[in-house]
Amino acid sequence: MRDEHARAYWKANVRILTILMSIWFFISFVCGILLADFLDNFRFAGFKLGFWIAQQGSIYVFVILILVYLVLMDRLDAQYTRNKKTGNHIDSDSNNADQKHPPEGQA
Amino acid sequence: MSVQIWTYIFVFLSFSLYIGIAIWSRAGSTNDFYVAGGGVHPLANGMATAADWMSAASFISMAGLISFLGRDGAFYLMGWTGGYVLLALLLAPYLRKFGKFTVPDFIGDRYYSNSARLVAIFCAISVSFVYVCGQMQGAGIVFSRFLEVDITTGVIIGMTIVFFYAVMGGMKGITYTQVAQYCVLIFAYLVPAIFISLMMTGNPIPQLGFGSELTPEYGGGYLLDRLDNLSLDLGFAAYTEGLRPTQDVFFITAALMFGTAGLPHVIIRFFTVPSVRDARKSAAYALVFIAILYTTAPAVAAFAKTNLLNTVDNATYEELPGWFGTWETTQLIQFDDRNDDGMVQYSGDPAVNELTVNRDIMVLANPEIAGLPNWVVALVAAGALAAALSTAAGLLLVISTAVSHDLLKRSLMPGITEKQELLYARLSIFVAILIAGYFGINPPGFVAEVVAFAFGLAAASFFPAIVLGIFYRRMNRQGAISGMLAGFFFTAAYIVYFKFIAPETSNAEHWWFGISPEGIGTLGTFVNTVVALTVNRFYPAPPQDVQDMVEEIRLPN
Repeated sequence: MRDEHARAYWKANVRILTILMSIWFFISFVCGILLADFLDNFRFAGFKLGFWIAQQGSIYVFVILILVYLVLMDRLDAQYTRNKKTGNHIDSDSNNADQKHPPEGQA
Repeated sequence: MSVQIWTYIFVFLSFSLYIGIAIWSRAGSTNDFYVAGGGVHPLANGMATAADWMSAASFISMAGLISFLGRDGAFYLMGWTGGYVLLALLLAPYLRKFGKFTVPDFIGDRYYSNSARLVAIFCAISVSFVYVCGQMQGAGIVFSRFLEVDITTGVIIGMTIVFFYAVMGGMKGITYTQVAQYCVLIFAYLVPAIFISLMMTGNPIPQLGFGSELTPEYGGGYLLDRLDNLSLDLGFAAYTEGLRPTQDVFFITAALMFGTAGLPHVIIRFFTVPSVRDARKSAAYALVFIAILYTTAPAVAAFAKTNLLNTVDNATYEELPGWFGTWETTQLIQFDDRNDDGMVQYSGDPAVNELTVNRDIMVLANPEIAGLPNWVVALVAAGALAAALSTAAGLLLVISTAVSHDLLKRSLMPGITEKQELLYARLSIFVAILIAGYFGINPPGFVAEVVAFAFGLAAASFFPAIVLGIFYRRMNRQGAISGMLAGFFFTAAYIVYFKFIAPETSNAEHWWFGISPEGIGTLGTFVNTVVALTVNRFYPAPPQDVQDMVEEIRLPN
């Protein structure tokens, strides 16, 4: 495979996705549907908890998930770009740095 | 001033705004026409995506659906917002990195095959057509109710406006009008909601209001408790309890999520921003903008239902407020005094019930039911039109790019110049508008039913093909094509059977695993994935350059 940094980047990316998608599944399908009746036993203000998660809470969690994803990916991108610059010798050692076009200089 | 004059003013002002934007943002190249030159700011793209996504159905029908479904209505809310998480995390950044114009572009290039491209074109056009007919019809209803022109005239006015900015500006014109339409529609949705929340609970934030206590004029106590009791008294199910089988709710939610993520008119919006990072950002903006409406909708549903039950139950027909009569003439409310006592009996028991209420009026008539000022009532009309037209334009663009770019340029006539391609793009949008308009005026009886189609089919055809294309490098064309076809036809067959061939057997007893036709797309997605992975084993891995491309789109820059 191509360079190590790219692989590390993709692995980290998939890990972030797995964690966020698990939360996504848990809040909507588990709390909002499967456990909704049980959660309805708990109340706050005029809301039953299961009902509130199904009609309100899950949507707030979705928004937070996408925002967290944005921040994590920004951080990961920055790290990747930095590693590529500082750790360039890894590529030249294995002699395949020129094989592929390096990503064009980002404006 | 009367509601009608206010409506004319709002509709005129908003339409002039859309036309003005169209003139300002004419498209000069195919790049402009297909992806607005690829230079849309993520914030603007977020708004445009939100308007594109929120259709006449979201604006007019959703709160009404929820108010009649109670807690189960959550499958619309979670399904249509949760799908954005899938879109933002699994599709948008990679498709932006891929950097072409359309979904069939991706499918065709990733699966190195023109047959795959043709299958994708077929799916994109059928999904979008089904959807656009509903929008035109929505626009027609609003025109006929609020401006008292007949539906035909209404649809023609709507068609002309969309024609004007879509043909002239392509994606560029559509994007910037959608930004304006988002502002109009969200304002029109929030103003009545805030008014009503304030009136009924004293809390200006509807999201909190429907969990608050009612003001003394409305009898005090928590609103949702009151609604539960009112519903139970009249023989309906308690509002905050689930009625549908759990597995059905589960499957419908999943189908709407996968469908949302697979709808081509939403996906192509992410081709319009300058970079991968902007694609992620604009998905986040889009969901925030959508969430504003989607968290308000259940509050509107609860307010409207409480108000309706309070107003009509056991009232004498004579003393009902004026809106009742207006909506009776449109037949969206029907009252049949079966026991001739001059009173309205509204009941969950069909034997004594005398009132039929169309769910659409829960939003359209809500401000009138709550006795809000005329300008607020009129605002709703402008908002509903903005919602219908923005979605229609986005869908028409998908149809036109599928024809001019994917079908002509990439498959049948690769030799045409950019100028010719642009001409074909405009021509096909024109033809698409005419056909959509025809179905808007002569709605086939099945429009409501076919919405299940659009989502189920998008879920079962595109979603797995795109996700596998990004996350599974070894996926080859044989696997992807057979998966798409299997998913598409499996889902279509199930829906056609229960909706058209044997609708009388469409109940939990006959459904597979208790899954309604609305939820079958989830199983279709599953069928697609399993078939794709199985067939994939029997054929060689994709060529090296395709595998390199997959590696490439996974990286940020």
